[in-house]
Amino acid sequence: MTDRVSEYLQRDTSAHPPAYAPTYKTSVLRSPRNALISLQNSLSEITGPAFSAEELGPLDHDLIMNYAKDGLPIGERIIVHGFVRDEFGRPVRNALVEVWQANAGGRYRHRNDKYLAPVDPNFGGCGRMLTDDNGYYFFRTIKPGPYPWRNRVNDWRPAHIHFSLSGDAWAQRLITQMYFEGDPLIATCPIVRTIPNEEAVRGLIASLDRGGAVQLDSLAYRWDITLRGARATLFENRIQGAK
Amino acid sequence: MSYHFQVAKESASQTAGPYVHIGLAPNQAGFDIFEKNFSNVLVGPNTAGERIAIEGRVIDGSGTPVRDVLIEIWQANAAGRYNHPADKQDKQLDADFRGWGRGTSNFETGVYRFETIKPGAVEGRNGRMMAPHINFWIVARGINIGLNTRMYFDDEVDANAQDPVLNMIEWEVRRKTLIAERIQRDGKTVYRFDIRLQGEDETVFFDI
Repeated sequence: MTDRVSEYLQRDTSAHPPAYAPTYKTSVLRSPRNALISLQNSLSEITGPAFSAEELGPLDHDLIMNYAKDGLPIGERIIVHGFVRDEFGRPVRNALVEVWQANAGGRYRHRNDKYLAPVDPNFGGCGRMLTDDNGYYFFRTIKPGPYPWRNRVNDWRPAHIHFSLSGDAWAQRLITQMYFEGDPLIATCPIVRTIPNEEAVRGLIASLDRGGAVQLDSLAYRWDITLRGARATLFENRIQGAK
Repeated sequence: MSYHFQVAKESASQTAGPYVHIGLAPNQAGFDIFEKNFSNVLVGPNTAGERIAIEGRVIDGSGTPVRDVLIEIWQANAAGRYNHPADKQDKQLDADFRGWGRGTSNFETGVYRFETIKPGAVEGRNGRMMAPHINFWIVARGINIGLNTRMYFDDEVDANAQDPVLNMIEWEVRRKTLIAERIQRDGKTVYRFDIRLQGEDETVFFDI
């Protein structure tokens, strides 16, 4: 059946932040006032771009080495790894995972970041990889530091790594942030708190993974990601030509 | 036939933040790190179809351009087929067209730009043709979950009038927020498409 369309499960808005979240002040003028208009999936939503290994460089998933100039970056050496699966537990293969983060002192290598903590000359802060056939990804990095930001005058972001995921379909496109187990700043962060549901917040916190540590070298954190799942259409919607 | 039951919930979205460029467009952040970078140019030397540029700004609820926005687009090729295995329409694939691009607004002017081709019409649900369109996904500081919208073309009046998605928008006055304006500049075709996040003439955003 060539016209069978797999549809993605409806996005559960209770597990995501609302657009308008006034304690995160920038959202006030950047959130639509109208309700989103819900679309049934068409080819435009169930397809999406594919990426190939040839587009990535050999050090793209190694943030410790991929910007090292005259030495190693300073900070806690960690491995971050996990699985990307859909809501049915199936691995999402060949997903493009892109990450970015601050350095150990909470400073970003970005022309607009003016925080007084110094840039690390040997740390860039971005990486990317494709998941394997089991949906597995891993990268190596320096644990980022918390940093202050102008929301209220004394707001500080918990240590976090930004993640971007491009899976099988446009409907799965997702950007989120990964936090670290035990960080006391998670509880008071206005950006974390845009998420209305405590279980959904826990889903963004990576666990310390002692078993994944490399002895005398790096600790490890484990974080699994869930993207929307597609279900097969069991029945055709309408007989061709019928009203 | 496979059986499947939901076992987990989608990971929660978070804002891309003001430094999204570091990860997704490092040159824009101010440094060079990857050998190959993704870009806002979707066309290669052999891509079939009418060359067009898309330009515009994303504007916040105060009328101010959002200067730190990141936009991705996803579209069919000139024949109206997506470069993806789920698209089984009987139409030609284009080996030199992925159909995806990523652009950022200029930090001073707020203007974003893509160089692409005009897509063909794609079959929608139940065999109804959709008018040529480009799917947009917008992330930035202050945007908690990526915003989805579509850009249609003002020189496709008849196809737009039949489009099932435009027709689903019950407020007819809002449909025009999705129609880009065709202009000619230096012999090139440019479509102007401003996106208003909030307030008067707010762009229609979709939950896809």
